[in-house]
Amino acid sequence: MYKVKINVTLRKSILDPKGKAAYQALQNLGLSQIEDVRIGKFIELTVDAGSEEEAYTFAKTACTRLLANEVMEDYEITVE
Amino acid sequence: MSKKIGVLVFPGSNCDHDAYHAMKHIMNAETEFIWHKETDLKNIDLLIVPGGFSYGDYLRSGAIARFSPVMQAVQGYVEKGYPVLGICNGFQILLESGLLPGAMMHNEKLRFVCKNVSIRVENRNSLFTSSLREGQVLNIPVSHGEGNYFIDSDGLNRLEENRQVAFRYCDPNGNLTQESNINGSVSNIAGITNVKGNVLGMMPHPERAMESQLGSTDGVLFFESLFESLHLA
Repeated sequence: MYKVKINVTLRKSILDPKGKAAYQALQNLGLSQIEDVRIGKFIELTVDAGSEEEAYTFAKTACTRLLANEVMEDYEITVE
Repeated sequence: MSKKIGVLVFPGSNCDHDAYHAMKHIMNAETEFIWHKETDLKNIDLLIVPGGFSYGDYLRSGAIARFSPVMQAVQGYVEKGYPVLGICNGFQILLESGLLPGAMMHNEKLRFVCKNVSIRVENRNSLFTSSLREGQVLNIPVSHGEGNYFIDSDGLNRLEENRQVAFRYCDPNGNLTQESNINGSVSNIAGITNVKGNVLGMMPHPERAMESQLGSTDGVLFFESLFESLHLA
């Protein structure tokens, strides 16, 4: 059994309004050292696979078919 | 043979009854609901994918509805050239299904926008807009939090070349201004068609602009144009 962790983020070139709103609030808190905020999604999968590579392949299919929309999002997969 | 309109219903659809009412009682067309588990779209001459929050809009708007059994049938239906109209969440579902290009993001200012807006008819190429005037301004309500249409610059060029932009947000005089772009959409885009012109996705709700008591009847102009193309009238 593998734990697969996936981070889905908006592409760098795309304005992230949620991140921007959070950024503004952090500025208001006085955390002026924070220069940028990007908000994404964290997804954890439990995968019954024979190997790490296989688990990765399943997760990649899950990302391309459903979990991420590649028109606007990037994803990062980590298998544990 | 009488013509029939189908209105798809997903768990979480909430404009299905608006669409049904508009088609059946105002346009006087034979109309039926189609549950998302159906796999047969036989005898349907126009399919409407209505607005709402299908599957709670979990993950992304329209992302999960795309895997409903009926969507397989919709793919085939579109390939055969039948007309499909996606409104609001219906537009989002068509994008997620790959039946239309691009994606929908949260409104630029993160606010849910619910009001009447002006949209400009950009072309008469599709069967949806063929009886409207190019440049005609329609007053149609919007009601969405994720209507910020995105497509990369290559994609946008293709949309323009193929004349796939059907509607753009504008001011009441038809000018494309930044203020009138209520959600931050690329190039003020409010609605697009596929290359073939038989699929239209739009964020504004023409089915909610059918009776003067509700503020605008410009939706009727839109549906009359569509019905004329489809010989439904």
